[in-house]
Amino acid sequence: MKRNPAPFTALLPLAMAAIFSAAAPARGQGATDSQSFEIIERGRYLATAGDCVACHTAPGGKPYAGGLALETPFGKLVGANITPDRETGIGAWTDDQFVQAMQEGIAPRGHLYPAMPYPAFTKVSRADLLAIRAFLNTLEPVKNPIEPNQLPFPFNIRASMLAWNALNFTPGEFKPDPGKPAEWNRGAYLVEGLGHCGTCHTPKTILGGDKNADSLQGAVLQSWFAPDITNAMHKGLGGWSQEDIVQYLKTGANQFTIASGPMADAITNSTSKLSDPDLKAIATYLKDMPSNANTTPVPVAADDKRMVAGQAIYKDTCNACHLDSGAGTSHLFPTLAGSAVVQSDNPTTLIRVVLQGTQGVATAAAPTAPAMPSFAWRLNDEQVASLLTYVRNSWGNAAAPVSAADVKTLRESLASAE
Amino acid sequence: MARKLPRKDVVIVGLGWTGSILANELTDEGLDVVAIERGPWRNTATDFNVGYMQDELRYAIRKDLFLRPAQSTLTFRNNVEQEALPIREFGSFLPGNGVGGAGVHWNGQTWRFLPSDFRCRSHLSERYGEKFIPDELTIQDWGVTYEEMEPYYDKFEYLAGVSGKAGNINGKRQDGGNPFEGARARDYPLPPLDMTYGPKLFAEGAREAGYHPFPQPAANASRSYTNTLGVEMGACSYCGFCERFGCANYSKASPQTTILPVLMRKPNFECRTNSEVVRINLDRSGKRATGVTYVDAQGQEWEQPGDLVLVCAFILFNVHMLLVSGIGKPYDPKTATGTVGRNYTYQTYAGVEMFFDNKNFNPFIATGAIGQCIDDFNGDNFDHSGLDFVGGAGIMCASTNARPIATRPTPPGTPRWGSTWKKATTDNYLSSLYLNAQGGSYATRGNYLDLDPTYKDRLGRPLLRMTFDFPDNDIRMISYVTRKAEEIAKVMTPRQIVPHYRTKPYSVVPYQSTHNIGGAIMGSDPKTSVVNKYLQSWDVPNVFVIGASAFPQNAGYNPTDTVGALAYKAADAIRNLYLKNEGPLVPA
Repeated sequence: MKRNPAPFTALLPLAMAAIFSAAAPARGQGATDSQSFEIIERGRYLATAGDCVACHTAPGGKPYAGGLALETPFGKLVGANITPDRETGIGAWTDDQFVQAMQEGIAPRGHLYPAMPYPAFTKVSRADLLAIRAFLNTLEPVKNPIEPNQLPFPFNIRASMLAWNALNFTPGEFKPDPGKPAEWNRGAYLVEGLGHCGTCHTPKTILGGDKNADSLQGAVLQSWFAPDITNAMHKGLGGWSQEDIVQYLKTGANQFTIASGPMADAITNSTSKLSDPDLKAIATYLKDMPSNANTTPVPVAADDKRMVAGQAIYKDTCNACHLDSGAGTSHLFPTLAGSAVVQSDNPTTLIRVVLQGTQGVATAAAPTAPAMPSFAWRLNDEQVASLLTYVRNSWGNAAAPVSAADVKTLRESLASAE
Repeated sequence: MARKLPRKDVVIVGLGWTGSILANELTDEGLDVVAIERGPWRNTATDFNVGYMQDELRYAIRKDLFLRPAQSTLTFRNNVEQEALPIREFGSFLPGNGVGGAGVHWNGQTWRFLPSDFRCRSHLSERYGEKFIPDELTIQDWGVTYEEMEPYYDKFEYLAGVSGKAGNINGKRQDGGNPFEGARARDYPLPPLDMTYGPKLFAEGAREAGYHPFPQPAANASRSYTNTLGVEMGACSYCGFCERFGCANYSKASPQTTILPVLMRKPNFECRTNSEVVRINLDRSGKRATGVTYVDAQGQEWEQPGDLVLVCAFILFNVHMLLVSGIGKPYDPKTATGTVGRNYTYQTYAGVEMFFDNKNFNPFIATGAIGQCIDDFNGDNFDHSGLDFVGGAGIMCASTNARPIATRPTPPGTPRWGSTWKKATTDNYLSSLYLNAQGGSYATRGNYLDLDPTYKDRLGRPLLRMTFDFPDNDIRMISYVTRKAEEIAKVMTPRQIVPHYRTKPYSVVPYQSTHNIGGAIMGSDPKTSVVNKYLQSWDVPNVFVIGASAFPQNAGYNPTDTVGALAYKAADAIRNLYLKNEGPLVPA
């Protein structure tokens, strides 16, 4: 009987990633040996850190062969085929063209849109980009013609991006801050560069550019609220230790919560595969991120009729898992007391999980993937609003009440998305 | 015409407790494993929704999670003189359906059998002489000792996060545990559940009567728990919706809450649901299985070749699978030859109902395996000299549920409907208790399983036929223990005591227990057993038959702990013995 050495082969890429990330990344080198095993494996690791596969793979499609449609506020963009196929992929590109696309958003076929996060990737070193290229070159070329630009007029005019860039784009590789430790700089390089955390977590201007003054302070996308990941006490990561952040990114769960929604994908495809030193570097940097919103709101009074109704609904519907104390169960039922997601100014995620339910991410280290069921069939808009107002203002929590109108709007938009 | 699929290393029939354990162990070994499951996929998040799981009508009364007789059933008769007829509504026992199997709908009562249970005939002969064993009984030894089973019990209990109190750790008595249990290597992974008033009152009464109460071991997590595979369980909320329900709180151990999150992630594992295995295919010699044939939900027939076939369905269907596949010699009660279907047993229940004045037990605060028990009259824990039976029963006061439709305790003489009945249910709901006597079930020559000569299932196969009645030995046994329970009840001073004795004939209509046992029993002699001590078929060595079908007779306990332990034992044998040298692990 055949016995596959499956566990070993499955672990190999991770082990390699750990080895290569431990070495100081080579920076500023011009030429790269694209056949070097070390460089290809480093490229694989960096492509994982950049989560390229997320946008450049269609559901059920071949990895990196393109085809995931991104709904942006301006219209539809589709992730390109980045396998080395010469006709439909990027096989015919030169290294310089690849670097220019990543750092400046200019591809041979024209200007890219910032759904491809070149405003972040501009910070990635040329050596790292060439390593990624070397890795992409090892993929099987897949013939899969993709028209990435499916935007309506006038956004479909690629030249319009020149004006956008002038307003929103600062090119240039990451420059380490000599006043900060190496670990902080490594974290900054990953968060601001390949990790492109700000693509989801930084609020956007009306043109879709980053509001740089509010960097990483939370933003809405795809009817989720990507929370504040600065060190803000009340609605950011202030209550989490560096170790909590590392565990969350590595396993998808920590003592307080479990990732779900778009972050679940980011953890599955990317952060769970990063080395411990890189995760610690990311945590170090995030724990040092200032926030400009450190005032705590005044909680809604306990005798407010929304609070009274909300408490009754909570006891009936929620406390079997999340407990009377809002403490939940470590690694299984998220803690509501003190939670940043619960207390965010924007309650989109909270409303969403009550209406639609959600499933936590499963990783090898935390395989349970517990789920919260949908309560849309059982709670009306007013009840959801009261419940969430209670949850946001109990056990020391404080946040603006949730309105039934907000619940109604999200309920309708979730229904129309189905 | 069956379409042929690519070969797999291992084909598993049924993805319940045993199938999940075997699949997880053998995928760890690097084998390519497929499980073929008759029923649907079931998952805590989607199927045991906390928002509607506590629906007694849907799940307990209309039996949503169970096998429909239209899918598969069996015929029944009490003895060979009768004509067996198909069971058209399951009653006495409720086979599960779908991924997780009975592990979804059980209560979580997680018992080890006694050391003497595994050496049933030898032990009784040594203690009382061979002649003491009633002639009607065909009880026998398991071919495995408790000491051999201990590490596998331990493994299952730590997988399932069992809450309890050890009574014997490495031979040393532990206060508060079961003083009669076999030695365990360590305590339970979790402390006992918080005890409610009813069981506490029983424990006081039992202690006063000179017995040794202890908390029932429960696969309902008393605390949150990270199991041996890294899967998280939540602390039980005592909602009282265990048996017949899936657990919405990740608290009751099931394949879903303990194994499947890990198993389903493995690239070398695959599960095909709504697919029913029709038969195990054998090569021309009849000595080697080549795989299975199954039918999917569209009615398409597939042949799935495999090197190893593990029969992991519910016990009745394990036996059925062997019979329709021609594996082993069917048992014939006239000549007492053949093995497949022999020693079918069950569980012998009786009980004592108590009605109190001025007591409030809050019976709805409940969980499947909460309770206090005494083992003083179980197995051979008491001297049977001068008694007219062998075996015994545990006595327990278990507060498993008090759901509003089915829990309406009323004293005898109460009308069955109307305002008097309503008043009686109101008066007694909070203030009545039940003592259960859960007895073993000993095998006889006339109780067995075979293929029905008349009735066929939807796939054209003969239905399984069950021939069963309670042995006189077991009726005497349970009557004796019920009288003991009555004595304890008297110490508890209720207003009224109503004993419910077990009488013949056995009926398949009222619910009694889903502890169907035997028919593909294990042993050390191929003339009297179907599988060896590793659960390997004596006749077709690349077939293992795993589950309560392997118990030679039943003990006075719930079977799941022993089923889980046997699954780990079989997995260990496959990993460490069979794969190194494929063939019979025990010479026939």
